[in-house]
Amino acid sequence: MTNLHTELKESIIEQLNLEDMDPADISNDEPLFGDGLGLDSIDALELIVLLEKDYGIKLTDPAQGKEIFVSINQMAQFIEENRTK
Amino acid sequence: MSNQFHIQNWVKIKNGKIFNSEKLIFDSSEKELNFFLKACYDFLDLKYPKFHKMDGLSKMGILASEIIFRKNKPTEDTALVISNNASSLEIDRQFQESTETFASPSLFVYTLPNIVLGEISIKYKLQSENAFFVSEDFNAKLLKDYTESLLISGKSHQVLSGWIDLQNGEYDVFLCLVSKERNIPFSEENLRKLYCAENDKPTH
Repeated sequence: MTNLHTELKESIIEQLNLEDMDPADISNDEPLFGDGLGLDSIDALELIVLLEKDYGIKLTDPAQGKEIFVSINQMAQFIEENRTK
Repeated sequence: MSNQFHIQNWVKIKNGKIFNSEKLIFDSSEKELNFFLKACYDFLDLKYPKFHKMDGLSKMGILASEIIFRKNKPTEDTALVISNNASSLEIDRQFQESTETFASPSLFVYTLPNIVLGEISIKYKLQSENAFFVSEDFNAKLLKDYTESLLISGKSHQVLSGWIDLQNGEYDVFLCLVSKERNIPFSEENLRKLYCAENDKPTH
């Protein structure tokens, strides 16, 4: 697991107020929405804000989120390829 | 008509204390709002992760209603009639601050006072009438009249009614469950008496 994976898990826990969770509770390939982490549509919007705030990535099409926010692995890969900070 | 309805159970949350029908059930020295809310959550052993995502007003509503509904199970038609002075001002300010950098969607969704009614309805699976009033002070007449109209019309068999106010980190909560079951007569005088009991002063 890279630093980015850990950093992402910590940010998600803090940003989405997942109070009772630790980074170790989130596996890299676990689905973030639905049966996995159980995030909802407002959480998806917060993740879009997180991408812009922390990594300088502005999603022009919110539908992109569906492909990016599949799992921590998917998010980390997208960030590596597109980050501006 | 008078005394047709009764207050079955009531809860007050203020100044670090929770009273349930006159009995002090929780007393915390925690001054900071979020720590106090978390302490209440732990005390009630809520196990409701969504709680942590809510604004202070909704958290107050969930905590107070949980205390009442543990003793008196709600039904699908249990109505909600809540009021306060500050509306959703506390979270409105937080959202306003967030817009200076990145506007927060999760703060935005709580920028209406009646969201607390939705959160209570979701948690207890209520499909009932609800109303949220913003008034200068605790208005016993308004709460009595609206609550009674719901009960008399038969739209609800019981109503959770009261006041949930939050401003500048200070909270003032009084909720009571009203139905036909005999207990404390549901009157303006009794509402005022129960609300004012232990109340040093309102939050505004």
